[in-house]
Amino acid sequence: MLAYILRRLLYALPILIGVNLLTFALFFVVNTPDDMARLQLGVKHVTPEAIQKWKAERGYDRPLFWNPAAGGLQQLSDTIFFDKSARMFVGDFGQAEDGRDIAREITSRMGPSLAIALPTFVLGLFVTISLALILAFFRATALDFWGVVACVGLMSISSLFYIIGGQYLVAKVWQLVPISGFGEGLDAWRFLVLPVLIGVVGGIGSSTRWYRTIFLEEVGKDYVRTARAKGLPETLVFFRHILKNAMIPILTGVVVVIPLLFMGSLLTESFFGIPGLGSYTIDAINAQDFAVVRSMVFIGSVLYIAGLILTDISYTLVDPRIRFE
Amino acid sequence: MPSIPDTNDALLTVQGLSLAIRRGRAHTPAVAGLDFSLRAGETLALVGESGCGKSLTAQALMRLLPPAIRVTAGQVRFQGRELLNLPEAAMRELRGRGMGMIFQEPATSLNPVLTVGQQIGEVLVRHLGLQGRAVRERAEALLQQVGIADPARRLDEYPFQLSGGMKQRVMIAMALAGEPSLLIADEPSTALDVTVQSQILDLLQELQARRGMALLLITHDLGVVARMAHRVGVMYAGQLVELASRDAFFQEARHPYSRALFAALPEAVPRGARLQALAGQVPAFAAMPKACRFAERCDRVQSLCREQAPLLTPLAGNPENQVRCHFPGSGSFLAAAAGPGAGSPTFGPALLEVSGLQVHFPIRKGILQRVRGQVRAVDGVSLELAPGRTLALVGESGCGKTTVGKALMQLLPLTAGSVRWQGQALAGQGGKDRSWRRRMQMVFQDPFASLNPRMTVGDILLEGMQALGVVTDAAAGRAASAALLEQVGLQGDSLDRYPHEFSGGQRQRIAIARALAVSPQVLICDEPTSALDVSVQAQILNLLKDLQERLQMAYLFITHNFAVVEYLAHEVAVMYLGRVVERGSTARVLAAPAHPYTEVLLSAVPRLDGRGRPIALAGETPSPAAPPAGCHFHPRCPRAVALCRERYPDLLPLADGRQVACHLPAASAVQLDGEG
Amino acid sequence: MMPIQPVLLWSDLLLWLLLAGALGLGFLSARAAHLRQAWRRLGRGAVAMGAATLLSAFLLVGLLDSLHYRLRLPPAPGQTQAMYGVEVLSLLDGLLSGLRERNEKTYSAPLATRLYAKESRDTPAGVVREYPRLKHGGAHLGEDEAGRDRDVLQRGFAGLVLAFLIWLALAGGLVAHLAWRQGCSHREAWRAIWQGETALAWRGVLPALGGLLLVALPIFFLAGDYHVFGTDKVGQDVLYQVLKSIRTALVIGLVTTLVMLPLAVVLGIVAGYFRGWVDDLIQYVYTVLNSIPGVLLIAAAVLMMQMLIDTHPQWFATAAERADLRLLALCAILGMTSWTGLARLLRGETLKLRELEYIQAARAFGIAPPRIIARHILPNLMHIVVIALVMDFSSLVLTEAVLSYVGIGVDPTMTSFGTMINNARMELGREPVVWWSLAAAFIFMFALVLAANLFADAVRDAFDPRYE
Repeated sequence: MLAYILRRLLYALPILIGVNLLTFALFFVVNTPDDMARLQLGVKHVTPEAIQKWKAERGYDRPLFWNPAAGGLQQLSDTIFFDKSARMFVGDFGQAEDGRDIAREITSRMGPSLAIALPTFVLGLFVTISLALILAFFRATALDFWGVVACVGLMSISSLFYIIGGQYLVAKVWQLVPISGFGEGLDAWRFLVLPVLIGVVGGIGSSTRWYRTIFLEEVGKDYVRTARAKGLPETLVFFRHILKNAMIPILTGVVVVIPLLFMGSLLTESFFGIPGLGSYTIDAINAQDFAVVRSMVFIGSVLYIAGLILTDISYTLVDPRIRFE
Repeated sequence: MPSIPDTNDALLTVQGLSLAIRRGRAHTPAVAGLDFSLRAGETLALVGESGCGKSLTAQALMRLLPPAIRVTAGQVRFQGRELLNLPEAAMRELRGRGMGMIFQEPATSLNPVLTVGQQIGEVLVRHLGLQGRAVRERAEALLQQVGIADPARRLDEYPFQLSGGMKQRVMIAMALAGEPSLLIADEPSTALDVTVQSQILDLLQELQARRGMALLLITHDLGVVARMAHRVGVMYAGQLVELASRDAFFQEARHPYSRALFAALPEAVPRGARLQALAGQVPAFAAMPKACRFAERCDRVQSLCREQAPLLTPLAGNPENQVRCHFPGSGSFLAAAAGPGAGSPTFGPALLEVSGLQVHFPIRKGILQRVRGQVRAVDGVSLELAPGRTLALVGESGCGKTTVGKALMQLLPLTAGSVRWQGQALAGQGGKDRSWRRRMQMVFQDPFASLNPRMTVGDILLEGMQALGVVTDAAAGRAASAALLEQVGLQGDSLDRYPHEFSGGQRQRIAIARALAVSPQVLICDEPTSALDVSVQAQILNLLKDLQERLQMAYLFITHNFAVVEYLAHEVAVMYLGRVVERGSTARVLAAPAHPYTEVLLSAVPRLDGRGRPIALAGETPSPAAPPAGCHFHPRCPRAVALCRERYPDLLPLADGRQVACHLPAASAVQLDGEG
Repeated sequence: MMPIQPVLLWSDLLLWLLLAGALGLGFLSARAAHLRQAWRRLGRGAVAMGAATLLSAFLLVGLLDSLHYRLRLPPAPGQTQAMYGVEVLSLLDGLLSGLRERNEKTYSAPLATRLYAKESRDTPAGVVREYPRLKHGGAHLGEDEAGRDRDVLQRGFAGLVLAFLIWLALAGGLVAHLAWRQGCSHREAWRAIWQGETALAWRGVLPALGGLLLVALPIFFLAGDYHVFGTDKVGQDVLYQVLKSIRTALVIGLVTTLVMLPLAVVLGIVAGYFRGWVDDLIQYVYTVLNSIPGVLLIAAAVLMMQMLIDTHPQWFATAAERADLRLLALCAILGMTSWTGLARLLRGETLKLRELEYIQAARAFGIAPPRIIARHILPNLMHIVVIALVMDFSSLVLTEAVLSYVGIGVDPTMTSFGTMINNARMELGREPVVWWSLAAAFIFMFALVLAANLFADAVRDAFDPRYE
């Protein structure tokens, strides 16, 4: 099993390198640093000197991959690729347009992101799996039928509507919680309730339907018939036999997003003014701050790959076939 | 055969049980008016071909029918209680406690994520109220009872860690945990190899005798019935058509359908004779004839049969035996034991010579997935095929017989070995020339998977002909396809239909026609009848035999069924763990097997006369990735000596021409050898 | 000389090609028995046909909006050559020219006669602050502003009555047709429709059609003289914007699949069929793409695309062309980032299929892999492809809204649900609230996505071989 996890870890490395190369190509090959400079400086200020200055300030005045002017190892290291892309592997993301250190910004913003994303995730999982279990338990009844209809309806509603509608109704009309903002410490809960609630409700439709399908898939299996032939009550059949088997496909989709919770949610954070990574990303996109977007892409991939590895590890917990091989 | 305890009060009585399939608002009757009863300690076998309703009946007794099936009428009395209107809670009390059930597929019927101990334990907790240590001890004892070695360790294992036979033993242990007085076994040995099947049947018989349980055995295999049953019920198209004691049934089955079943069995007819295949198909539930349901296929049919439905009537003289027929047959039909046929031991000039064939699959392990070993699926197999003759390749699952066939067809890469066609190395082996594919074709096992559901029959037949340049223009291709269909006994106008419109037997005919389309001289048949019912199997075997006589093809017939081997093959090669252990003319090998493994295999086949005891085979088949040192069979061999552990025996000829890879071939065979 | 000059935008071309392709495929698939049966099953579903009716209405609007032209300018004196306006219009714009041209100054509420904001006006009595009358909305009422409610009710009622009459006429025609075809009485045909005994589920189509008429006709009667959904910040009619958004949503939902499909099908099948290093490579590529969180990858790609467009203004002749190409680039980016899921699914299925005996039989005849893939594998995967396509449509429509909100969606000048929501959401803070723009966008988007979801479910049920 250790070898299995080790193999997974080793497999992650080439993928990260791939991500790194891809983002580098996207950011520096499609458009040249000159283009970037022109865009940032604005039409009025574009002079060759200004462009040169802009590039030099940010270290974009070097060659992309290979610096023939430098000597020794510096031929490789004194390049845009090494400085901007390869150094991300050691957590060095450079500076944003406003001159702040991206790495420090990221670490300080992870907390607020997590404060929203984690409760949303846990509560959402609990609610949707419970609902799906109820629908699957009462399969082929009116409850199940209308439950599925409701799910399709809910998943046809734009996530923007959930946020805007929820914010308008709860915060503005009923004035139960502040419309937006974030507080430190325990005080933060007032700001968190609404975004978490909206996040949970917004996910009910599609998740419930998805889990219900998984449960129904298991209900039809032979071992369920065996369990019934033993005279087990239906609740035991469901909670012991079906739920445990259904955990395997459920984990595939669930565990992988756990590390990504750090990234926060773009929409929720920007609507509610949460100083997390989601709103950081949105601000960077709007300000066309490429250094930040690049860093977020890389961190997102690292977290996703961490999620993949976590998924593999979680399999060993629920699936004995993997645990013993 | 244990005697039935002489108690007259029935444990289970089924009266007029009728089931219907619900689709939307429409109900299609499936099982109609079933009557039978079962006493404690008695085994009743329900026999019938697929789709006759026997499994549904079993599930109806447990009230575990799928949602689409409803009980429409009837009574089921068990231990004096009416089951069909029992509240669900009381019924649950009964399931596992009063009646236990074993299913056909042990691989899927166990929960993959719970340990053996947990799965047995929950029955003990539920029905016997055991707790804590007592549960474990009892579960261990149960495993011991069903013959699982080292039960304490097995309790903590998961199903995937057990072999197929062991899984079925666990299923039995689970079914027995609640100490039921009725055990329902739905095809308990069908998915297992013949040696394992024999062990499972033995176990069931022994447990039943010890506990005085009633056993309702659902099966399609008359050999299993002969070995296990006290009484036999034959089902056809949702009805019980005959109910008789085992002896009466096997001496003189009365219903024309029962008699037809026997006549279709290869083991029941003399070698060389044609099998009597039933014409037509079982009528669909939706289009069931009002009168006798068997009338359309019956060779004794009279006008009354089409007008009036016969009732299940007790026979004069023996009211225990009942038959649903206006004109029941009589007299024995079991032919005198088929003597070894006069298969000539001489070989014609070989068409195809295979020598030293090896197919290995690499095992990758570790962090870098390096090759750490080889699964020696086929490990040095040599054989020859001659025109007009059939070589049967026999063995249990995993012995590599199918791999040989696929490797010959170049569907798998050869690791080593040579394939020669009339003395010349086959050009196609690895090269671009595909012309050799015209000389050699293959028929596959599963007629439902071997035809592309998205293509018409015409396109399916044409594909090979076009690919190998047999026909070039469309009109000629169509004519050739129609002719092919006629040749395999289908109507030529079926060309524009799709495979799903045909029954299993018809599909297999199409698959054979597809292979014949390029006029091959060698036909590799990979278990072509194992997915079919016996009556359909008979049709296909007859067809193959006719085709061989007419076209002088050589057959490589891959099978696990010795009855089929005996009926069809001139020579037989027995495989164990990737190697041929015995090879020779069918008559001699089957009459007096020389290799101990062949002996075991043959003895394990359930025989229609119910006689003969299977030789117990110790242990499990080892993995072909790590075969035992020395003779592969030595750990399980009753005759093994020191030499067997050290050296793999060469495949050496006996005087009668057969070859055996054994240091100590059976004395009887050697003796026969001396006479011959 | 032509009064108009037809303009073929790339997205028009693709949309029409897609329609032709879909019709062609539908025609071809009717020849394959299993697909024909699947279509029949689909046709029998009441919900499916109801959703399809609604979708057709959306499609009709979208297609009308995909025939573009430029109007000829009135010739200047002494000019011989025809000059055409820079503005690219669509047939829909032409049909809705009333809506398009009747712009107010700024916000106005639905069916209002006055502006949302007070303005100072010089009157003989001095400067007064008041809500000015709208230039167009309710202008026909003249001084009788109080008569608005009655007028609205009258028009609405007339619309409802007419809708009901049209519906009755259509239903009657259908019954007569069915009765004639089946040779039964009209009463029986009517009963057969509602019992679901017809080959096409008219009991789904008729209610959907009825609902559509009951909504559309009153709006139609009102829209001539009112802003039914109000106006936005620059005074443009919201109903017009919503109708224009439909095309954007359709293009995003449909053209994206055009990019995604070939990638997913080819790479997925090739990986599954050939295995070995080909499989390793393809798996590597899609794991890399997959491991970048979707929104971020799209954001990065769109930012770069935007920059490319911004730094090369010389590539585009008109603003419409630029917005159009930006829309297509967005589709391409969405397609490039979303093929991995389907490819993975197809790879898995191909791995299973290639071991099936009919494929082995084909290989035993020495048939070459491309032919095996085309004849044996692809037809047996078609249902997955069809299901994936319809399933993706609704999520793409929803994604567009989010992306446009984040600022990485369509061109800001292009009307879409996303840009509408984005423009309107800042006004929620106002008092009284400007809610109509948002509400209209959400309602139309909900109707479109719900219909697509219901249709997708029905397609899945009809095409899944497990239900055969």
